[in-house]
Amino acid sequence: MSRSAVVHHLAGEPHSRPGFMRTYLFSTDHKMIGKQFLWLGLLMMIPGGLAAMMMRWQLAWPGTRVPFTGGIPEPFMYDGHMGPEFYNSLFTMHGTIMIFFVAMPILVGAFGNFLIPLMIGARDMAFPVLNMLSFWVGLLSGLLMIAGFFVPGGHAAAGWTSYVPLSAAAHFTGVDWGQNLWCISLIFLGISSLMGSINYITTIINMRAVGMTLFRMPLVIWSLFITAILLLLALPVLTSALGMLLFDRMAGTSFFLPEGGGEPILWQHLFWFFGHPEVYVMILPGMGIASEILSTFSRKPIFGYKAMAFSMCSIAFLGFVVWGHHMFQSGMNPVLGMSFMVSTMVIAVPSAIKTFNWLGTLYRGSIHFTTPMLGALAFVSMFVVGGLSGIFMASLPVDIFIHDTYFIVAHIHYVLFGGSMFGIFAGIYFWFPKMFGRMMNETLGKIHMVVTFIAFNFTFFPMHILGVGGHMRRIYDPTVYEFLADLQPINVFITISAICLGVAQILFVINFFWSLAAGRRAERNPWRSNTLEWSAPTPPPHGNFETLPNVYRGPYEYSVPGAPEDYLPQDRRLDPKPAPTG
Amino acid sequence: MMGWLPENVSTFGERIDSLFYLIYYITTAVFLLVMVVMVAFLFLYRRREGRPALYSHGNNTLEVIWTVVPAIILVILTIMSGVVWQDIRGVIPETDVQVKVIGKQFNWRIIYPGPDNEFGTKDDLEKENDLHVPINKKILVLLGSDDVIHSFFLPHLRVKQDALPGREIAIWFEATKAGTYEIACAELCGFGHYNMRGHLFVDSAEDYQDWQRENWPAAAEVADMREAR
Repeated sequence: MSRSAVVHHLAGEPHSRPGFMRTYLFSTDHKMIGKQFLWLGLLMMIPGGLAAMMMRWQLAWPGTRVPFTGGIPEPFMYDGHMGPEFYNSLFTMHGTIMIFFVAMPILVGAFGNFLIPLMIGARDMAFPVLNMLSFWVGLLSGLLMIAGFFVPGGHAAAGWTSYVPLSAAAHFTGVDWGQNLWCISLIFLGISSLMGSINYITTIINMRAVGMTLFRMPLVIWSLFITAILLLLALPVLTSALGMLLFDRMAGTSFFLPEGGGEPILWQHLFWFFGHPEVYVMILPGMGIASEILSTFSRKPIFGYKAMAFSMCSIAFLGFVVWGHHMFQSGMNPVLGMSFMVSTMVIAVPSAIKTFNWLGTLYRGSIHFTTPMLGALAFVSMFVVGGLSGIFMASLPVDIFIHDTYFIVAHIHYVLFGGSMFGIFAGIYFWFPKMFGRMMNETLGKIHMVVTFIAFNFTFFPMHILGVGGHMRRIYDPTVYEFLADLQPINVFITISAICLGVAQILFVINFFWSLAAGRRAERNPWRSNTLEWSAPTPPPHGNFETLPNVYRGPYEYSVPGAPEDYLPQDRRLDPKPAPTG
Repeated sequence: MMGWLPENVSTFGERIDSLFYLIYYITTAVFLLVMVVMVAFLFLYRRREGRPALYSHGNNTLEVIWTVVPAIILVILTIMSGVVWQDIRGVIPETDVQVKVIGKQFNWRIIYPGPDNEFGTKDDLEKENDLHVPINKKILVLLGSDDVIHSFFLPHLRVKQDALPGREIAIWFEATKAGTYEIACAELCGFGHYNMRGHLFVDSAEDYQDWQRENWPAAAEVADMREAR
């Protein structure tokens, strides 16, 4: 195997040549674990996406035969016709899968694992075995979640938020083991994520290369560092809540059931205490990725580096005190709602700072429209929409009307698809050469980005209109209501756009696999970028660097006057005397 | 876009809608500003041979401006929203009519107190999904649930409040236009959630009296009930 030979030759320290199992399955190499998380996330995108399409079909043409679903047996589908129980399972699993098994594994698992050691100049993570365990527990969690589709009673159907008491007793939904497996799977995912986040934090604090001070770290590392702290503090709360829910369901306790003295709102507090930081877990890495790419392809230093880092810190801190804004209409004390409105309005400020700084980065740059750049620009513009629409629901009185309507669905998709997903695409297009040693096809990539951008906006922007019209979320058949009748053509338009959006992703799949097999061989630094991963060989061997780099400057020194090229890598030493640059 | 709002027929709905419009105008302006600047930058500063990028790490004055300006706008919005919220939800005014609304998979139990205006007495009247209220009167709604969480949603009155098992939540509204409006459930409550639909009948004073006369037990009957007890 030539690749192993290269690995052996280039690695800084002697490594014995590992076998197939140790290289591809039970690897402790952060890069392989990162790729494993990437595969997990990309694979899970398929059931998550298909669930969304089936829902959309039902919403546009309620009660009609859903194409290609004849093979799904009763009681889920009745000869291609969807029942309300299955519809509820579909949106529950769409949310659960996309959040826990697509966005988190790719943003945190894949990019976190692959990038952290390479970008801070370390040979691997602080705890490689823990890292491997984190993936395998994560995979187990994914398998348990998928298994839920095959148990009697169907999969969880109480929404990805699984509000109690609906989720706390089988007789409310008719779902028995589906909901139990949902809880167990997410408890495992919490453990997996805990192992990962401890690893990230330890690695970033202790294993940075010589000269890599905190304020010379690339912003994507800052974002992953902050994300890891959020996960460490927020996920155990969810894990405990899930444990309580499981006890309520299986052991006869009543933490959440009022007839036994329990409190339904307690679940919402616990869930959203996790759930809101979770939103930032999914958006902060995207912000980091966008910052790297915007600076690289504007050939310009990032505008206000420290403001960017500090605004992420303040977003993370404030992210822990805004959870109540999900509960304005829950029956929580109205005065408490007031304080959550204040903190929510405050958190809009650092988000605004970041947006304006990205614009500042573009100002008088030399902008290269590569595929990753298109992804990053899409991220910025769509994040603006998602951020601004958040102000509507932060306003307590306006939230009375738009709470639990499609306005919220539009908002979350502008943040999590427009934000996180475009961040994911941009990141994959950007780091694919370093990950797999080959370039992705630029033409195909650009077509994919443009088509996705258009189809995305056609799908999700009209949902704002549905929300303004009062269209509730999570309803199986909108034609039941007279006041929604005028909105039905919009539902049809959204569904057609959503199908286009889904089909457009085939372009990405083709590009991904074709490039993997036959893409142009990538050089060491194809984007002429400054950060340390680009000074490692492509693809980086076990141990990453030939010799560990020394860091002399910040990560965004582009177009430095007097420098020989328009980029100046972090590890390139400039002597006062004229000397050959390395 | 705001033209899609359902017609408003409640007293406080107008105040909610004007905030809605205000935020819509502000966010649209900010969005357009950001997009115009972004597209202009993308066009003006596209890569050209022989034109290097500006070497700059930022500008503290600008940074302060775009921190302070959004902060001021948000503070103003917060205060304006807080005042309206306080009036709608913070205090419940003296109400004229009271009614209990209890969610139960997948119906709204509407309980009227009857002629004695007290709940839990024999003259209570229970209807399914039909809520009759008089126009231009303040209505007190005591929300509850028999099973899971539901959400009592009156789109035309800008009313939405979760109904919880194990606790009673009081809200109020005042309708300004007679007619029939839909009641929806806005919180997922099970497979029948989508069909948990009721009707709100806003009756003129005369119609309301007629309806009461037809449906509520007469005062004489109530007296009989008391004696029987």
